Amino acid sequence: MTHHQPKIDTSPKVSDEIRKTTCYMCACRCGINVHLKGGKVSYIEGNRDHPVNKGVLCAKGSAGIMQVNAPSRLRAPLKRVGPRGSGEYEEISWDEALEMATDWLAPIREKHPEKLAFFTGRDQSQSFTSLWAQSFGTPNYAAHGGFCSVNMAAAGIYTMGGAFWEFGQPDWDHTKLFMIFGVAEDHDSNPIKMGIGKIKARGAKVIGVNPIRSGYNAVADDWVGITPGTDGLFILSLVHVLIKSGKIDLDYLSRFTNAPVLLNGDETSPEFGLFLRDDDGKPLVIDRNTGKLAAFDTPGIRPDLSATHRAAGVTHRPVMHHMAERYLDPQYAPEAVAERCGITPEKIHRIAAEIARVAFDEAITLDHEWTDFRGEKHATMTGRPVSFHAMRGISAHSNGFQTCRALHVLQILLGTVEVPGGFRFKPPYPKPVSAHPKPHCKVTPGAPLDGPHLGYAQGPDDLCLAEDGSAARIDKAYTWENPMSAHGLMHMVISNAHAGDPYKIDTLFMYMANMSWNSSMNTGGVIKMLTDKDENGDYVIPRIIYSDAYSSEMVAYADLILPDTTYLERHDCISLLDRPICEADAAADAIRWPVIEPDRDVRGFQSVLCDLGARLGLPAFTNADGGQKYADYADYITSHERRPGIGPLAGFRGAAGDEAGRGAPNPDQLDRYIENGGFFVNHIPEGANYYKPWNTAYQDWAVGMGIYDAPQPYIFDLYVEPLRKFQLAAEGHGERQPPDHLRERIKATLDPLPIWYPPFEDDHVDTAEFPVHALTQRPMAMYHSWGSQNAWLRQIHGHNPLYLPTKLWEKNGFADGDWARVTSAHGEITVPVAHMAALNENTIWTWNAIGKRKGAWALSEDAPEATKGFLLNHLIHELLPPKGDGLRWSNSDPVTGQAAWFDLRVKVEKTDAPTESQPAMKPLKSPVPQGPDHLEWKVGK
Amino acid sequence: MTTLPEKTTRKLGLVIDLDTCVGCHACVVSCKGWNTENYGAALSDQNPYGADPSGTFLNRVHSYEVQPLATSTMPHPAAQLVHFPKSCLHCEDAPCVTVCPTGASYKRVEDGIVLVNETDCIGCGLCAWACPYGARELDAAEGVMKKCTLCVDRIYNENLPEVDREPACVRTCPAGARHFGDFADPESNVSKLTAERGGMDLMPEQGTKPVNQYLPPRPKDQLDQPKPVGEIDILAPFLAPVMDEPKGFLGWLDKALEKI
Amino acid sequence: MHPAPSVIVFTTLSGLGFGLLVWLGLGMPAVTGWVAFAFFVIAYGLAVGGLLASTFHLGHPERAMKAFSQWRSSWLSREGVCAVAALLVMGLYAAALVFLDTRIAILGWLGALLSLGTVFTTSMIYAQLSTIPRWKTPLTPALLVSISLAGGALLAGQVTAALILLPVAGVIQVLWWVRGDGAFAASGTNMASATGLGTIGSVRAFEAPHTGTNYLLREMVHHVGRKHAQKLRAIALGLGFVLPVLMLLVPLTHAMALFAVLSHVAGIAASRWLFFAEAEHVVGLYYGKR
Repeated sequence: MTHHQPKIDTSPKVSDEIRKTTCYMCACRCGINVHLKGGKVSYIEGNRDHPVNKGVLCAKGSAGIMQVNAPSRLRAPLKRVGPRGSGEYEEISWDEALEMATDWLAPIREKHPEKLAFFTGRDQSQSFTSLWAQSFGTPNYAAHGGFCSVNMAAAGIYTMGGAFWEFGQPDWDHTKLFMIFGVAEDHDSNPIKMGIGKIKARGAKVIGVNPIRSGYNAVADDWVGITPGTDGLFILSLVHVLIKSGKIDLDYLSRFTNAPVLLNGDETSPEFGLFLRDDDGKPLVIDRNTGKLAAFDTPGIRPDLSATHRAAGVTHRPVMHHMAERYLDPQYAPEAVAERCGITPEKIHRIAAEIARVAFDEAITLDHEWTDFRGEKHATMTGRPVSFHAMRGISAHSNGFQTCRALHVLQILLGTVEVPGGFRFKPPYPKPVSAHPKPHCKVTPGAPLDGPHLGYAQGPDDLCLAEDGSAARIDKAYTWENPMSAHGLMHMVISNAHAGDPYKIDTLFMYMANMSWNSSMNTGGVIKMLTDKDENGDYVIPRIIYSDAYSSEMVAYADLILPDTTYLERHDCISLLDRPICEADAAADAIRWPVIEPDRDVRGFQSVLCDLGARLGLPAFTNADGGQKYADYADYITSHERRPGIGPLAGFRGAAGDEAGRGAPNPDQLDRYIENGGFFVNHIPEGANYYKPWNTAYQDWAVGMGIYDAPQPYIFDLYVEPLRKFQLAAEGHGERQPPDHLRERIKATLDPLPIWYPPFEDDHVDTAEFPVHALTQRPMAMYHSWGSQNAWLRQIHGHNPLYLPTKLWEKNGFADGDWARVTSAHGEITVPVAHMAALNENTIWTWNAIGKRKGAWALSEDAPEATKGFLLNHLIHELLPPKGDGLRWSNSDPVTGQAAWFDLRVKVEKTDAPTESQPAMKPLKSPVPQGPDHLEWKVGK
Repeated sequence: MTTLPEKTTRKLGLVIDLDTCVGCHACVVSCKGWNTENYGAALSDQNPYGADPSGTFLNRVHSYEVQPLATSTMPHPAAQLVHFPKSCLHCEDAPCVTVCPTGASYKRVEDGIVLVNETDCIGCGLCAWACPYGARELDAAEGVMKKCTLCVDRIYNENLPEVDREPACVRTCPAGARHFGDFADPESNVSKLTAERGGMDLMPEQGTKPVNQYLPPRPKDQLDQPKPVGEIDILAPFLAPVMDEPKGFLGWLDKALEKI
Repeated sequence: MHPAPSVIVFTTLSGLGFGLLVWLGLGMPAVTGWVAFAFFVIAYGLAVGGLLASTFHLGHPERAMKAFSQWRSSWLSREGVCAVAALLVMGLYAAALVFLDTRIAILGWLGALLSLGTVFTTSMIYAQLSTIPRWKTPLTPALLVSISLAGGALLAGQVTAALILLPVAGVIQVLWWVRGDGAFAASGTNMASATGLGTIGSVRAFEAPHTGTNYLLREMVHHVGRKHAQKLRAIALGLGFVLPVLMLLVPLTHAMALFAVLSHVAGIAASRWLFFAEAEHVVGLYYGKR
């Protein structure tokens, strides 16, 4: 019998054209090839040349075609005509919309600029939006970092001049042991998957520390199913064991960290615990060669980790002594912490031993000669191939800042930062705290703010306080409640504005922030605040302007909607001034550009701000003649200069387009980016690409690229002096004094060396009544709310069960298909449950932001997202429950103000299945029509 | 003719690494995107914004929880989670092909890819019944059987750069858990991986002789394994305390600094 | 498996129709003229009606002609060829009986063989599937053929044959059920072999690839409650076999005969519903539904 088969065309035409831009289906910012047929998007794949994703693309990115064509896209500016929350709108023209916004905002700027609160959610253009806010003159600006991962970012910057994700990455090509803490897809999603793939292909090891064994933790060779909120204790126990066995990198510590820096030991001094400094303000160490005091960066010295300095009857000891004293304490012994962490002492010992073995017995050496900042030449680069990564799981706790600090201290003790096989910074990091701006809040009516809003406070003088000591910012960032709130506190804006505390505002202006749904704690409460009226019948928050591309839950609560474009219809720059896409070996930035034109009456939000800024006469957006300075965002991207020669994009600068980093604006810059695949890369020369904070070759390269204006070498801050300054204030030193009720907390929690304390919620609720920890994780195939409208992705995650560990499952007699009532000190939800054995036995969890409000996102009202999906947010409050001291403490980290989402404690009971998840809210009236009832999506028929 | 070729020149297929797959569904959606736009009818979706969304996908990622058996040394082994992508395995003895009444399903003699010629498909669904793996889905809009084509319109496509001539799922996989190649060539990447890592057939007892191979997860939680009785814990020396020194830690520190 | 009405109607009716054709082909009863016409109308009505019903579950019924091409490898194709051949041959045979009052015996035997072959090929469509252990047994053709012959005998008024064949078919039915209940477990296909993860430990489906449904779940993952199934089995056995036999044992009237046939058809329909609904496809393992 012969075999017949049809002839098929194995070389069909793929598309008419490929346009290369940057993804925006999450914060990862991968390069994408957008295939077009007949001007329509036909396929999206990763860009192989792109530094972030090197060709790969996740589920969200691959589903971009459904996002760009989602029925939930807003179609024109909207003016509210019904009551807030009704969803009743009328479409208006852009002129009318912009006039309305101008009429609202101009009088505010003239008299009380602070009465505008401008918060920009998942904004990827913060250097631009912050410039707008600064030029407007309001101190009330931030993006969503405060409820996301500011603990991670701030702890990293304060400790070592950079953190994980966009700040740095493991040395994927050399690392031999990779340990992750609280990582579940959060950030840097494709690079981490690619990195794990590389490690696995080499047969190197991954250890996952997470109460939930899913995703990356599922592929980890060893799993540590830790009890939520105890990571810091576990890490400090590792530190204890490693110091005790001498498995720390003394050479590294002495050269590159403040371990040898002497601390003022005079208990009576107002500088007790601060660095001993020379006349130039440089921290002092003792030079082991001479035994004498020397500034830490003096050429030729060998800072001594051990020697002390005695003067005027007082012994000043180096940081290393203080660390040894603290961490050798038996309270950190594995046996002492094991039960609280939910890990056996043996396992802690074995993990510490494995870390020590790889770091010291498998050290690697690269033959790269380099010169350090003291002028000493090194023939080789030694690497300790243990690398770490951490994210929200350790960050979103009220002890998150100190926990993140503890992890960085562990990295540094092992000598694994900026060395081969360890953790490496990505430009513009490393960048010491001192090179960052400080926060600014000085308001002058009709004029810009006195400087950038957000920065790194280095002591009480940098707090954003009014004359009377009250908060200068509506979110109370940089106050004694959270002195180092480097990203602002977006999650507090609505509740503070509603309470008129510290003051009332006039207009709330938000962008890409679903505050009436998954981006708020206490969702129901926030909805009430947004719709609440005062005694005159006026809204307590008088005006709300909101910009979004989609019909999100937040749209229904705004008075004026400025519809944004989708990510393929807009200009953007992923800038070195902001949150760039650099790699450890290269500086890189990228653009988005309109690869398709909008088919609706929508405009990119940043272009709208250029227009609105000119209408309001904001100096940064107006020419000398009063005309509009930037025609649109694209114009801003190419022509704006932050400092002479430094603009939003580093590539193709100068008249000829051949300058990198520094150079005059180039009108053809965007075209050059487009020709280059939508991005720009400048590689760090070999020999400059490790030991960056101390490597003169790197420092010189960075100055050339415009990252710094002068070399900025620094040493890592195992001991964070600014924290000690806040403690000193709490102890009564200095002019600016904290309110009395905060003194003890500041003394206890703003410790300059990492500590661990139980999450605050444990102290405010009855842990016997609420014994269970409740967490959320972001699914890899879905990003926040955005995915739920995506016809392909919502088939993967259309609703979210609450996963229960075996112990709870069996104790309550649950079976598949059952529902549970979950109660916290704050609220109650009734939701479907499912069983998961690979889970910490006292932890329950669900996927984040799958649950949707009826009527939102152009879904039908009986969509599973609304009937079976749910939010855990209903159980969480921005304030902790009262504990009888007459105060309401905020549910956040006392250092940074980071929302403590993961401190949540609940109880779980089996209950009869309701008809739908509870609480069920009434449907919103959709401002857009519902989507079609079937799709056969072929563009090139 | 829906009889199977006696022998195929090449045996193209996938290696799927269960040790590495993080369960991100990238392959699922990339496949959906490519195959909606390309070979044959679009992969349709029904009720895409409604109560019961459902559509045709050629690749799906399952996940399984595996509970190792307790042993005397590990009385409470931790459960493990394994992500499990699954698409057509392009079997050598493909039952889906022989059951087809119209000849629409066939296995290509040159590379072993199992395909459906949609213009011949009557949509009877018998091939899907015959497939043990759930690799075939009848498209509700078009009424024809859809299945993984191993991106036959990519792997030989002269309109694509050579480096892109691989299935969309392989190209997009962020973790590199999917590998494409010729199993008939013992020197190919897929043959080597299969040999080195113990690649396995799914449902071997079904006699389908799948071409695609699954690499099993590597042994997990080795740090929980207490050392066998009588053996020295190889990690023990790494944690010998230095405090035995008469002067404690600081004494050690001083001495250690001398050696640097 | 999804108990699609089209497939249940098809197999029930066409089985009965081809069963009747077998008996008519053998000349039992030896009818001619209008009586023969009436018998053949019933037989063709059932057989062709069933075949037509079966096309309702096709995605592209207009391409049905293509299904005759693969008789060398496909049981479904063979069924189509066999059915058409049977209907053609029996058509000639019937024409001679009705219009010429002539029985061309060789045509009758050939037609009977082809009719029986049709039922057999139908049964082999199911019996060939390793993916459905409950069906993968010689008992499946035995069951479908015996039911077809028994039902045909009943319709053909072959009381003695029916009194023998109905109990035989009933016994095969019970055997088929008993074997079927253990078939999945005995097949050797399980979570361990489906995932290859059995060497690590016991395997449980965790998160499905999609939260909603899909073709596979709709078509191949159907769950029948145990109690419900037992009830239906009793009904199938009682109506399909026991009651018709009892009716044949009492003096037969036309009304009674009709009633026996209706009872049988109802019973077989129940049996056929169970045939599909209880059939566990191994793909369900991947969804943890086995």
